[in-house]
Amino acid sequence: MPNFIMSYLDPKVTVTPGSAGNQFWALMYVLIIFAGVSVAVICMNWIERKALAHFQVRLGPMRVGPHGLLQPIADAVKLMIKEDIIPAEADQFVFWIAPMIGLLAAFTVYTVIPFGPSEAVSDMNIGILFMLGVSSLGVLGIVVSGWASNSHYPLIGALRSSAQMVSYEVAMGLAVVSAILMTSLNASGTGTLSMIGIVQAQQQQGVWFIFKFFPLGFIAFVIFAIAMVAETNRAPFDLAEAESELTAGYHTEYSGLRWSLFMLAEYAAMIAVSSIAVTLWLGGWMRPFPNLLHAPAWDFIFSLFPGLTFGALAAITFIEAARMPTQSFFKIQRIGLAVFAALLGFIALLLLVIAVAGRSADMSVAARFREGIDYVYWFVLKVAGFMYLFIWYRATWPRYRFDQLMKIGWKVMLPISLGVLVVTAIVGVIFS
Amino acid sequence: MSDRTSDALNRAPSDVDRSNLDLGTPDKTYLDSNELIINMGPQHPATHGVLRVILKLDGEKVLGTECVIGYLHRGVEKIAENRTYTMFNPYVDRMDYCAAVSNGLGYCEAVEKLMNVEAPARAQYIRVILTELQRIASHQLWLGTHALDIGAMTPLFYTFRDREEILKIFERYCGARLTTHAFRIGGCQYETYAGFEKDVKNFLAFFAPKIDEYEALLTTNRIWLERTKNVGVISGADCIALGVTGPLLRASGVKWDLRKAQPYAAYSEFDFEIPTGVNGDTYDRYMVRMKEMRQSMRIIEQAVSGIPEGPIMGKVPKVIKPPVGEIYHSIEAPKGELGYFIVSDGSTQPYRLRVRPPSFVNLQALDLMVRGLLVADVIAVIGTIDIVLGEVDR
Repeated sequence: MPNFIMSYLDPKVTVTPGSAGNQFWALMYVLIIFAGVSVAVICMNWIERKALAHFQVRLGPMRVGPHGLLQPIADAVKLMIKEDIIPAEADQFVFWIAPMIGLLAAFTVYTVIPFGPSEAVSDMNIGILFMLGVSSLGVLGIVVSGWASNSHYPLIGALRSSAQMVSYEVAMGLAVVSAILMTSLNASGTGTLSMIGIVQAQQQQGVWFIFKFFPLGFIAFVIFAIAMVAETNRAPFDLAEAESELTAGYHTEYSGLRWSLFMLAEYAAMIAVSSIAVTLWLGGWMRPFPNLLHAPAWDFIFSLFPGLTFGALAAITFIEAARMPTQSFFKIQRIGLAVFAALLGFIALLLLVIAVAGRSADMSVAARFREGIDYVYWFVLKVAGFMYLFIWYRATWPRYRFDQLMKIGWKVMLPISLGVLVVTAIVGVIFS
Repeated sequence: MSDRTSDALNRAPSDVDRSNLDLGTPDKTYLDSNELIINMGPQHPATHGVLRVILKLDGEKVLGTECVIGYLHRGVEKIAENRTYTMFNPYVDRMDYCAAVSNGLGYCEAVEKLMNVEAPARAQYIRVILTELQRIASHQLWLGTHALDIGAMTPLFYTFRDREEILKIFERYCGARLTTHAFRIGGCQYETYAGFEKDVKNFLAFFAPKIDEYEALLTTNRIWLERTKNVGVISGADCIALGVTGPLLRASGVKWDLRKAQPYAAYSEFDFEIPTGVNGDTYDRYMVRMKEMRQSMRIIEQAVSGIPEGPIMGKVPKVIKPPVGEIYHSIEAPKGELGYFIVSDGSTQPYRLRVRPPSFVNLQALDLMVRGLLVADVIAVIGTIDIVLGEVDR
């Protein structure tokens, strides 16, 4: 096998593909992340509809495929074959490019998100700055789409969105700075802006930053968690697309594929900001208690988790397939669900095999795979927790009004995040 | 650039004829900025049907509103002149279709008053039970849609789930869920089915914890409080001046409820309270309606346990021919005072029938309530007025 492929499968490699100069693996990761995020958005679409439905004492999609599993695909096909409408009085070029800007911004953030110590596209030394800069570009797509639509509701939605993002960016940035401050609590006293460096700092200090200087880290985390909901225009801060007020806000005039690009961007941005929150506060790819439970036996037990998770999913799916109504009408659905369960079971088996094969530390390719799977698994699990929170917020809370949103941003969150930053700095000086 | 586009760009806003839209002028103009005129509706997710509100905005601030109604006008009052009194009865269900039973009660009582007949006691009790059930159903619908407008999706599904139980009782009683046509002039359409009392009692037991569930979601919800407190404030005096009735009037501190003020049906026999508010804001109206649901349960409980035996129809001739004269009779519908003014020329058809629908009159207060607030508040206020366009446009 060519050297550039094998070089990266060598377990001794601990740098990211981009910084190691291995363009092949950087490209591979770009492709994997692009496909992975797209698939995650599709899954998220189904999960959100199902979870929201169950919050609201209804079933959600049930018709397209067993338990509506194929609904996102049906939706995607529908959106793609819909007529592409551009309003006559819209600015055609800007109208066309607006969804792309949002999508590009949402996906570019993934360049610096580390799924593991070496599972990232690049290890930029200014990673967190890059993230803040690019993620705030997403608002450009929204503002531009509102303007280009040449219509009142989108314009108001775009104005709301820009004001909202600008004010929440500040609190978000200050919360991030307090995390960066925490990375400098080491012997040399130098912090890092690299996303990988931030996670490694948590590893060295033996604590996730959410628990650092309790409750300082926690408050900063909460500020970030609120700001990221506002940043992604999700309930209860979904003013820019408030359905009951502005029909659909900035994407009122959009339909079909363009509209779906907006949705894709929104969900991709949700996953991106959740990933950042996980990286900054929740130890990124680290499994729980890596310091306390660090014996090889614990390593082995934790490495079984991915396989067991898929096994549990497969078992649930099998049970659901068995519970399906027995009428012949449901026969295809039952078979489909059983096949899906078998697929999940196969993945579970594969993961378990890798976990067992790679348990000895003889630096085999299997060990390398096992490690990578572990990192990605814990990272994705934490991000999934955030995604569930996003759905939960949406099901529970009414929408804030524009002025109240600004008031919270400037008068509550900004002072608190400033205070946390100052106190973190003082505490850091005293205790280090 | 196409001609159409350049036309749109060259057309200065001042060229648009707005002579018949005098919505007041902004406090002051900034540079060369113009105020924004927005048509909210007739197709809009939050105008509860086909209400069209022309908003004049300064940024997000509302400078003035103008309601354009009539998109659902069916000429109900004119139809009445060409139908016999009995034939017109089902039409009233189609006005406030969220509270069809209450509409029917008002109409039947108005005609009964005109003919000087009275429904027997049993019919009166059934009427009270069904009307109060309908009040709960109407308030549930209001709560769900109002919360949805403010952005809380979940209460809608909870209220619809529980409203279903009321509709099931209606369905078992008269075969219809929405446009019930439950009452006849002189009494009730049907005798209660076997197990009616049990169903109603079961519903009361089922529903009591559900109100707490709604309140757990909203009453102390921080965002809900911020969105509703001090929003759409209207004083009691303004309410009276505009003819606003129902929960809106009571939330402004005026203790006026036709069930107590001019008791009709069997309401004088029951013990219940009139919940009132203090501030006249959206939150008070929410609380008043929530308390009203509890009071309605009290009334139903008393009525269903004391339902007398006897006939359900009074002595009414087969052909209804009221004597020459006119009558105005009003009842407390879920949304406010629902009045029927009937002029009879002694024939089988009304000479003129005029309805005083509560939401039509209450909608007048919209402009007063939203001036100076934000766009989001307009939605909250439209929701809190609780309009049904079938009734506004008739």
